[in-house]
Amino acid sequence: MSRNRASQQRARRALPAVVLAGAGLALALLILPLVALVVRAPWDRVAEIVGGDVVGPALALSLGTAALSTVVSLALGVPLAVVLARSHAWPVVPRRLLRAAVTIPLVLPPVVGGIALLLLLGRRGVIGAWLAEVGIGIPYTTGAVVIAQVFVAMPFLVFAVEGALLSADRRTELAAATLGASRAQVFRLVTLPLVGPGVAAGAVLCFARALGEFGATITFAGSLPGVTRTLPIASYLALQSDPDAAIVLALVLLAVALAVILALRDRWMPGVRA
Amino acid sequence: MPAPSDPSDPADGELAGSVTVLAAASLTEVFDDLAASFEAEHPGVDVVVSVGGSGALAEQILAGAPADVFAAANETAMATVAEAGLAPEATVFATNTLELVVPAGNPGGVAGLADLGRPELAIALCDETVPCGAASVELLALAGVTAAPDTLETDVKAVLTKVLLGEADAGLVYRTDVRAADAAVVGIEIAEASQVVNRYPIAALAEAPNPDAAQAFVAFVLSAAGRAALAEAGFGVP
Repeated sequence: MSRNRASQQRARRALPAVVLAGAGLALALLILPLVALVVRAPWDRVAEIVGGDVVGPALALSLGTAALSTVVSLALGVPLAVVLARSHAWPVVPRRLLRAAVTIPLVLPPVVGGIALLLLLGRRGVIGAWLAEVGIGIPYTTGAVVIAQVFVAMPFLVFAVEGALLSADRRTELAAATLGASRAQVFRLVTLPLVGPGVAAGAVLCFARALGEFGATITFAGSLPGVTRTLPIASYLALQSDPDAAIVLALVLLAVALAVILALRDRWMPGVRA
Repeated sequence: MPAPSDPSDPADGELAGSVTVLAAASLTEVFDDLAASFEAEHPGVDVVVSVGGSGALAEQILAGAPADVFAAANETAMATVAEAGLAPEATVFATNTLELVVPAGNPGGVAGLADLGRPELAIALCDETVPCGAASVELLALAGVTAAPDTLETDVKAVLTKVLLGEADAGLVYRTDVRAADAAVVGIEIAEASQVVNRYPIAALAEAPNPDAAQAFVAFVLSAAGRAALAEAGFGVP
């Protein structure tokens, strides 16, 4: 009898061949381009290209701006996520409008986002024209790179944190409050540990998206070495003149992304629940 | 009605099928016109023009893109394709020179090349790795001007866009780009520009899927009609 039950369990666990085939193809589509990148990399020129005058400034700028964008996204995105999580109790129209506002940057082509940012903050923009009058110019600055990155990357963080907030069990907070914990104590000792992994996962996604940002950045901020030319832009430009260098720049981006993922514990990975 | 002809049969004399033309970004408008005229002459042929940075297009060809014709904005890009044996016979069909471009009304009060060195102005140039940028570097050196660019764009149309939006006070683009743009921008001719000439080569590609139509399109661009269209767009015709 027990053998019979075991085989039934096995049958229940085994996935249909079509699902496995689909998953295999999906994985191949995700992995093979990166394998090709590694296979075709001009390994004999890597040291020369990485040591050249393109990679250093672009990498430093990319890491710096992506880190700053993640900090800004945390400072602004966590409160927005809290509001978004509470909005489930709101009437339909404002609730959907709020959700759409956070979703739009996710589905918009980044170049369009860049144009929109120019029309708002450019020298002839809705707010930018007014800023220009008092001598503040935003395009072509490193600050513009950060603004473009926050625009495209913050929604990833907002949704990750909102998800964590929704799945957190509010009764634990209530219990803590009932047992005499102050609001600050509840937040620090109960809420934060509950949503911490979600916030971390969101921050990783946000950082990774900011690091890879291209379209909104080149449209809104421009492309000047050391100021606005991030690693993805340098890689695209290198493709025009020195494809080997473009491949090496892509490898550097890949290595940074892998380092970020590996530096975090499994339970902080997007999609993995603690 | 004649039966649809086989594009691989040269004895037929009648061209058919599609011909894919990879052209430099600065050729966008004139090649759209040329493609339309060519299709009018050869109703069986569908011309597909794909524009981009010359270097990026050259890379696509080296990577095996199924293209029939390549028209580059300088000879360097064509040379990389020719070295790989993929462009046996390249012919220079047009030349182009640079011009200063400013937004309508010239808010920065730009009068000449020297103004590109004014740090308070927003200046957009092409990156030196693309043809328009290489020409810009040469021109600025020739004029003894040290530019203070705020952005180095990936192709000439991106520079034009920055000026068009008023986000740059001045930029260096081809004179044909100024001609093709609307009244939102104004061109300022530069005396030294005639000494820095970009030469545009065109070639039917060795691995063209439709070799007869490719040869015919190249011949059309080099013909009197092609030269007239290029001249009208502001190109120099050798």
